[in-house]
Amino acid sequence: MSYFSDIYNGIRTLLTGMSVTGKYFLTSRKGAITQQYPDNRDTLKMFDRFRGEVIMPHNENNEHRCTGCQKCEIACPNGTIEIIWDRGIDEVTGKKKKKIDQFVYHLSMCTMCALCIDVCPTDAIEWGQNFENSVYDRSALTRVLNKPGSKLMPGVED
Amino acid sequence: MIQLSITENIHNWLFSIMPEGVASIVEMVLIAVVYLTIFAVTGLFLVLLERRVAAWFQLRIGPNRVGFQGLLQTMADAIKLLTKELTGTERADKFLYNLAPYFVIISALMALAVIPFTKEFHAFDINIGIFFLIAISSIGVIGILLGGWSSNNKFALIGAMRSGVQTISYELSVGLSLLTMVVITGTLQLSEIIEFQKNGWLIVQGHIPAIIAFMVFMISGTAETNRAPFDMVEAESELGAGFHTEYSGMKFAYFFLAEFINMFIIAAIATTMFFGGWLSPFGITESLPWLGVFWFLAKTMGLVFLMMWFRWTFPRLRVDQLLTLEWKYLLPINLVNIVVMALIVWLNLTIRF
Repeated sequence: MSYFSDIYNGIRTLLTGMSVTGKYFLTSRKGAITQQYPDNRDTLKMFDRFRGEVIMPHNENNEHRCTGCQKCEIACPNGTIEIIWDRGIDEVTGKKKKKIDQFVYHLSMCTMCALCIDVCPTDAIEWGQNFENSVYDRSALTRVLNKPGSKLMPGVED
Repeated sequence: MIQLSITENIHNWLFSIMPEGVASIVEMVLIAVVYLTIFAVTGLFLVLLERRVAAWFQLRIGPNRVGFQGLLQTMADAIKLLTKELTGTERADKFLYNLAPYFVIISALMALAVIPFTKEFHAFDINIGIFFLIAISSIGVIGILLGGWSSNNKFALIGAMRSGVQTISYELSVGLSLLTMVVITGTLQLSEIIEFQKNGWLIVQGHIPAIIAFMVFMISGTAETNRAPFDMVEAESELGAGFHTEYSGMKFAYFFLAEFINMFIIAAIATTMFFGGWLSPFGITESLPWLGVFWFLAKTMGLVFLMMWFRWTFPRLRVDQLLTLEWKYLLPINLVNIVVMALIVWLNLTIRF
């Protein structure tokens, strides 16, 4: 007698499915996931997991967390990151020490794979949420992530 | 005998200023123009409705840019399709290839003519109304078969053959479920069927077997219009676009419009046969007969929405599942249902107010 129970189960499961989509239909006005982008440009906030570009956060004293270890440069599969480094005298200890001069990031080559961010031992770089990356000249896509005159945040290497 | 009963005033006025023969021809042309307008407007509106409803089911917004809330979107689409080139395949059967869209369109229009929008607005009140509707609605599949066959494309041919299988199978269920209701009414004429429902809509009068018949009709009606979950005819993921793969521009638009008009017709037949047509619920607006159009369209749109709900909820069936559903489930249920309905009518167990 599975014939009738098949019919019953069929109708029941179909109604279950319809109730799910019916709920979506009724709440669609509030829960619409479509962003009407150019209209809501001022209020649009990208979600935290969005991978727009690699940024290097600086604190209010213009200090970053990059020690210049070049692990990100090695990890990058397509040569997006170039670190230009130098040896300088450390003010505290007076020893010669490696420090970054320029953290060059070629956005045009980046595939947003996040290997550099995973590999960074000091969390110096992270994802930015900016997605409006179109420019008229491709040289504008080569960015220097550390701000001019910035230096290493004390205590990062400990 | 053709009974032209759209607005007695225009009828009388035409006959007063012209000789009788000219007046009837003018009247028929006028009615044809009115129905073509209804055809175009309904089709375009339903396409828009489908897109908006689909968007809401999927938590999107849908087209809302052209005109207020996107109301002119489908107009813009139609204009775009009008300006597109009509391409065809190399060794297509040109005559049948060009003929196919008109088969689909004309059968949809003919079905539209017998549907009673309201007491006054009913172009062709034929005494075998339901029979005519069933017959006409299965002619549309010839257009689909011709289109698939003549366009010299394997995908189109497979789509057309699937359409043949599907329509021939489900035609049975459509006919039998409507026959179940004809057992109650005892007439095939649509205006008399609606008159009969002044004592309660047929879905109430026939209670349990009527509800079963309604469910069977909606399932097989959805299958007849080739809509998801029965859209193997144009299954995008398998066949490109199915039978209309090789059609472009306005010929494609004809197929597209006819599909939506067929959906409207199935919903309109269900409204007429199960939900009292243009009758208001409990006779609340009986003193205002011109509200019939409103009630008719409201009920029809409700059923159209139900079909859209099906489409955006259920996954597509395989061919064997489709035929199993029809031959092992719908058809036996339907045959038993007719016997039950006949018993109920014989024993006077119908609910009448």
